[in-house]
Amino acid sequence: MKNDAFISIRNVNKYFGSFQAIDNVNMDIGEGEFFSLLGASGCGKTTLLRMLAGFESTSDGEILIDGQPSADVPPHHRPVNMVFQSYAIFPHLNVADNIAYGLRKHKLSKPQKQEMVDEMLELIKLPGYGKRKANELSGGQRQRIALARALILKPKVLLLDEPLGALDKQLREQMQLELRALQRQVGITFVFVTHDQEEALTLSDRIAVMSGGKVLQVDTPEGLYEAPTTREVASFIGNMNFFQGTVRRNGSSEAAIETQGLGSIPISLEKVTKPDGAPVQVALRPEKFELLEEEPTGGHFVSAKMDKTAYLGERSHYYVTLDGKSEPVAVSSTNQFVARDDDRWKEGEPVWLSWSPEAVVVLDAD
Amino acid sequence: MADTSLSPAEARQSAERIKTSWFSALLYRSEALRGYLLMSPTILILTIGIIIPFFILVAMSLWTRDGFGFDTTLTMANYARTWEEPIFGALLQRSFWISGVATVATILVCYPMAYYVAFHVHKNKMMWIILMTLPFWTSYLLRVFAWKVILGYEGVINSGFMSLGLIEAPLEFLLYSQTAVIITLAHAWAAFAILPMYVSLEKIDKSLLEAATDLGDGPVARFLRITLPLSMPGIIAASFLIFIPTTGDYITPALLGGPDGAMIGNFIQLQFGPVNNWPMGATLSIVLMLWISAIALVFLFVTKKAQDKIA
Amino acid sequence: MSARGDTGTYIKRPNRPLQIYAVIFLIVLYVPVLFIPMFSFNDSIYVRFPLQGFTLQWYAELWSRDAVWAALFNSVKVGAVVAAISTILGVVAARAITRYRIPGKSALVTFIMMPLVIPGIIFGVALLVLLSRMGVPLSLYTVTLGHLIVCLPFAVATLLPRFEGFDPSMEEASADLGENGWWTFWRVTFPMVFPGVVASLLLTFTISFDEFIMAFFLTGTDATLPMYIWGQLRFPQEFPSVLALSSLILFISFILVFIAQRVGRMGLEDA
Repeated sequence: MKNDAFISIRNVNKYFGSFQAIDNVNMDIGEGEFFSLLGASGCGKTTLLRMLAGFESTSDGEILIDGQPSADVPPHHRPVNMVFQSYAIFPHLNVADNIAYGLRKHKLSKPQKQEMVDEMLELIKLPGYGKRKANELSGGQRQRIALARALILKPKVLLLDEPLGALDKQLREQMQLELRALQRQVGITFVFVTHDQEEALTLSDRIAVMSGGKVLQVDTPEGLYEAPTTREVASFIGNMNFFQGTVRRNGSSEAAIETQGLGSIPISLEKVTKPDGAPVQVALRPEKFELLEEEPTGGHFVSAKMDKTAYLGERSHYYVTLDGKSEPVAVSSTNQFVARDDDRWKEGEPVWLSWSPEAVVVLDAD
Repeated sequence: MADTSLSPAEARQSAERIKTSWFSALLYRSEALRGYLLMSPTILILTIGIIIPFFILVAMSLWTRDGFGFDTTLTMANYARTWEEPIFGALLQRSFWISGVATVATILVCYPMAYYVAFHVHKNKMMWIILMTLPFWTSYLLRVFAWKVILGYEGVINSGFMSLGLIEAPLEFLLYSQTAVIITLAHAWAAFAILPMYVSLEKIDKSLLEAATDLGDGPVARFLRITLPLSMPGIIAASFLIFIPTTGDYITPALLGGPDGAMIGNFIQLQFGPVNNWPMGATLSIVLMLWISAIALVFLFVTKKAQDKIA
Repeated sequence: MSARGDTGTYIKRPNRPLQIYAVIFLIVLYVPVLFIPMFSFNDSIYVRFPLQGFTLQWYAELWSRDAVWAALFNSVKVGAVVAAISTILGVVAARAITRYRIPGKSALVTFIMMPLVIPGIIFGVALLVLLSRMGVPLSLYTVTLGHLIVCLPFAVATLLPRFEGFDPSMEEASADLGENGWWTFWRVTFPMVFPGVVASLLLTFTISFDEFIMAFFLTGTDATLPMYIWGQLRFPQEFPSVLALSSLILFISFILVFIAQRVGRMGLEDA
């Protein structure tokens, strides 16, 4: 936690009546960062965002924005702007008036305002749309206007509440890339709320995974994916296989984990700090496994039986059963070398599973 | 981008300059406080116009008339009178009877209309709704007066039928009777009652009816098994909306009721007028309200039981 | 028998009996009231068939009656004040009801709506008692208060759907972009509920203009138009003038309410 963080959230709790929506959240967000709050519905991410905007007050704790405590500062005085989930475009104003809405207080001349609006329209790639009526536009266009309306005020922080949720898949992916490029271009801190993990992984510098009002882990996308710290985070992002195991130590020089299903796995000492005999879980992503038709000569491997296969075009998912593990293990591999009618893997046939210990993640036991 | 007066330093300064007073801070934190503040003028009016008068009414019902003033010793004497003297009970009964019949008649007559607009009108629905409800917003007094004109001894019906040769002497029973009151009440409140029934019918998911058809129901069965039960809330609401206000009506019985059609409303009005027994008037008002509440509760209870049985 | 509608409407086959019923219903609904204008043009002091001929004398005669003008001005004055106050309160109350979590909200709403269901006579009587105990003389002011109580539920009922159909993020967006409560109201809220405001003004004015029960109990020496009519009803020879006056009132009320309904439903998906 850096002390010179741009936004500091310290020991914040929020209660709605007796319901606790935010539970002791601590977070630092750096200047110019694209920071995402990721979680399922009801995890508190939108509440946290609204507290940054000033629409909800904290029950305890404090939030500092650019060093300034934000308690009791109402939304219209904060250097923070928000893009709402419904975009909230004013239907009785045209596009230019919508974008220029927040400029009224700043007492600019008409030509000055016009110039700023035109610049914004260029930025969001809707040049010349100024006179159009706001409700005649498509969802994607309204979303960009909502962005422009916020950015024109040069806020220190831009908050985005699931802005891409209402768009269809193609448009959403396109907007994701544009959003990322836009953020880099203007250099403003973005705090982005989403329940879509792919979106978070694509866009963010760092992500905070939330559940039940608590923050589970804050990390870069790679960190969250490759090194999750809890089972919940591990299974929230992508798919994950879990194996129960026990720590085995030989003095302090070597460590291994005796797992149910994968046998004994040597583990580097940094990854496991627990004493000998302690129960742990071991997690491996499906794509970290390799399927082999014949027993390999070296490395770590185990014999298995093919249970089900699923062809997804770009890749295939395989489910194999191992001795010592009740649920099948999910394996995923690209179909780079697979042509038509390649039924290499037949259900019920014996196969071999290979993996590398470096890809193993060690977690606390349930 | 053109840089205007939004430099970070200035923005920070303006933020620091904001000294929020303790009251603003409290307002910011408490949504309930903000809400109450907004509602305060309304609450004030309600208090002056409804709550306080109501309490004073109750107080006055416990007083008795003393010459031109009031004997303010608290007593239930007025209430005892309403219980013992048969005229009050009879008046109340007749009022409830008239209102009840008018309610039932109105609902029976208006339901098909509501059904028609909800199910059979596809264009200009708004126009139909406006047409249906427009009369209600105009003067109640005038609409009652219209019926007086129609039902009178030399009124529209009588003079019309006579000049057409249908009858020889004017029909006497038309005016100054319970029937006159019931007809007028039903007509006057029809426009009001139709709305809840319409809304209820409109809300019915048409796919339910399609499903019923698919499962073999004919139109009558569909109506009885789906449409009617689902529109029950609207019918109940409409019943309340007609019954409760009409029990206390006094314009209609005053203009059209005659002695036979007098209702409790007339009596209450008399107490505040010529009879000048305000405490008694207050008592009668309270008694009326209590009886209305009782009937309403019983009605709600019965319909709830019936609905539980159907569901 | 079954009709699968393709536009979501269920029944495509017109039901003739029901259609005829609907038309008859509307006729029966309006005709009684239409007799009033009919006889107001009748050249006879008696309100009966057969009609005697067309005349405008009853209307002309109203023109010269000072009492009529006085009553008219009184009704307009009261109506305007009641419309303004009840609409303002209605806007504020509707906003508070839809936007804020207030403890006891449903009790408040019930109280506001009570005049819709409780017999008017009870409110009239209760207010009369209060005012007399407080020593407040009856006047147009007391009538205004009575009308306020009666019109407030209609104002709130007209404005509530407007606020409910109004994305609350709009006001939040305005605040977020730098406008305080006051500016947000004028720049965003008011324009968006404006049709409801107009409808409420027209509706409450008309209700107050036509209102009789509260006026009956709370009027002092200055009469409103309905009170004037009530007074005239005692004299049968005045019937035609009353008819003429009533026709004018009905005409104005119809137009005002019609406009109010059209404007009030503008922009709302379904009534």
